[in-house]
Amino acid sequence: MTGRLEATLRTRIDGGGKCLVPYITGGYPGWVDAVRACAANGADAIEIGIPFSDPVMDGPVIQQASQIALEGGATPVSIFQEIRTLDIGIPLAVMCYYNTVFHAGHERFANDLVAAGVSAAIVPDLPLEEAGDWCVAADAAGIETVMLAAPTAPDNRLPLVAERARGFVYSVGLLGVTGERKELALTATILAARVKKITNKPVLIGVGVSNAAQAVEASRVADGVIMGASVVNRMMDGGSEAVGLFVAEVRGALDRASW
Amino acid sequence: MSILQTPGSDGRFGEFGGRYVPETLVPACQELEVAFEDAWNDPLFRADLDQLLREYAGRPSMITECHNLSEQLGIRLFLKREDLNHTGSHKINNVLGQVLLAKRMGKKRIVAETGAGQHGVASATAAALLGLECKVYMGEVDIARQELNVFRMRLLGAEVEGVTSGSRTLKDAVNEAMRDWVASVETTHYCLGSVMGPHPYPFMVRQFHRVIGDEAFEQMNDATGTSPDFVVACVGGGSNAMGIFSGFIDTPARLIGVEPAGGAAVSRGQPGVVHGMKSFLMQDEYGQVAEAHSISAGLDYPGVGPEHSYLASIGRAEYPTVTDDEVIAGFQLMSRSEGIIPALECAHAMAWISREAKNMQGKTVLMNLSGRGDKDVGQMMSILKDLT
Repeated sequence: MTGRLEATLRTRIDGGGKCLVPYITGGYPGWVDAVRACAANGADAIEIGIPFSDPVMDGPVIQQASQIALEGGATPVSIFQEIRTLDIGIPLAVMCYYNTVFHAGHERFANDLVAAGVSAAIVPDLPLEEAGDWCVAADAAGIETVMLAAPTAPDNRLPLVAERARGFVYSVGLLGVTGERKELALTATILAARVKKITNKPVLIGVGVSNAAQAVEASRVADGVIMGASVVNRMMDGGSEAVGLFVAEVRGALDRASW
Repeated sequence: MSILQTPGSDGRFGEFGGRYVPETLVPACQELEVAFEDAWNDPLFRADLDQLLREYAGRPSMITECHNLSEQLGIRLFLKREDLNHTGSHKINNVLGQVLLAKRMGKKRIVAETGAGQHGVASATAAALLGLECKVYMGEVDIARQELNVFRMRLLGAEVEGVTSGSRTLKDAVNEAMRDWVASVETTHYCLGSVMGPHPYPFMVRQFHRVIGDEAFEQMNDATGTSPDFVVACVGGGSNAMGIFSGFIDTPARLIGVEPAGGAAVSRGQPGVVHGMKSFLMQDEYGQVAEAHSISAGLDYPGVGPEHSYLASIGRAEYPTVTDDEVIAGFQLMSRSEGIIPALECAHAMAWISREAKNMQGKTVLMNLSGRGDKDVGQMMSILKDLT
């Protein structure tokens, strides 16, 4: 059964468009307004980060936002409560490190997501070999577990990753952690092309997609992009207004480009 | 069958261990697993490593019977003298193995994390010897309390980068080294310094350190005709403890891993996942990793190697704690009684032995003196002001 996240992305793709999924650090001061600004300016879905004390896949920007959120008292419970009130009409995915899931318990965490109205989960330190128990609980609850495909994956691994992915396949844009880069890495489109070849699921590039031009470049091959540090940077500097302007700019660029 | 486990491809010791890393690192861990197994079973690799351990690190390290302390405490106390290894601690065993392996794998560069600086110095040393580039991540709090080791690493040609995130200690240095590795995995080997992290590290690092226990088993047999009643070591990540426990795990010896009260993963933690492994972990009610607090930078770690969690779960090893004050007393006790200044890490083991001696009267106790205390003298000068 196709979940809500995948169905939403497919609608965009089938209409000839490209998907835009901004990332917002949950619990950061003003994050709820930032999420609303994303939704109001053309996001297809939104990834909400649950801050963790030891975010090994994140660069300085998201680390800093996470730390500020944690110092402000954000917890998974407080973030879920606020998510429940959002009602923005587009699917939400949470991005969280595995200890947050493991500590809560797989079933309980999956049910908490459902209760909060979240459609999907991305757990970047839970690779295929370790994902089994969580995926059983998530599948049972109807939570789509997005899997990450990495540039280092050999050809025989990618189909296994894609097969297990729900919602979309997260094609990691570069060797490295989240953060803005001057140029889109060459590996971004090379990997996305490899993944597109072996799956019909939506393939979105994330990590190192930093501006509208790079989003367009990435979407020449992929079905769309996830934008994290660039969005969070704007949230920290200019609040929800800056986030809204940026998302609108990227949306516009994706909509104007001819594919 | 030995209690010492050889984990399967899932990297588990009982329920602990595993490989919880970003997808980018999975192939690198798999490659390392295969390369290590291949090297470990290759007599040529083992001969190269043995030669380095013998002619460069100074192995075998001797055991010393502590006559003065034995008399004072009413026990028979032996020390395994890892403090006499080149670079001053047991860390060199693992590092020579890993850097030799990295070279065999065609890597040009290593990254390492360090707490007290002992693993960083050992890594910088091995990299200098074997011609690899080396970058060491170290928390800024630790840089401040271990400036001599920072200078040593730089003298040896390594780049030392201060880590400003989180608690700015060992756990954050591990995070930063992993972030580096995610970006550099094609040319770089992550030279992890303890029996922790994703599979195969806990297994591999233990294998590189089991020389401590294997030697000590023979040495204790020669000295006493039998195995000791107690084998005691300090535990942060737990590499020196796993090394010496390996030699005695199938004997009747009680295995004691002494944790700092402020970093007691086994006794105060719950199972959790961080740094690539499932193990006991100090954490809050939402699974945020707690910050450890210990007088010793090398033990300032909220987790513990997964094999220790396993040994604790089956009751084969015990993990008591000691306070910073007990450690300071233990540090002075060994210095004054035996003329041996121990590393603050090892002073934890000394502190436990001194506290519990009344319950071990007449027993034979083997303590792993995993490092020498030179690096801690500066820090202790500011604590023991009446001596200055």
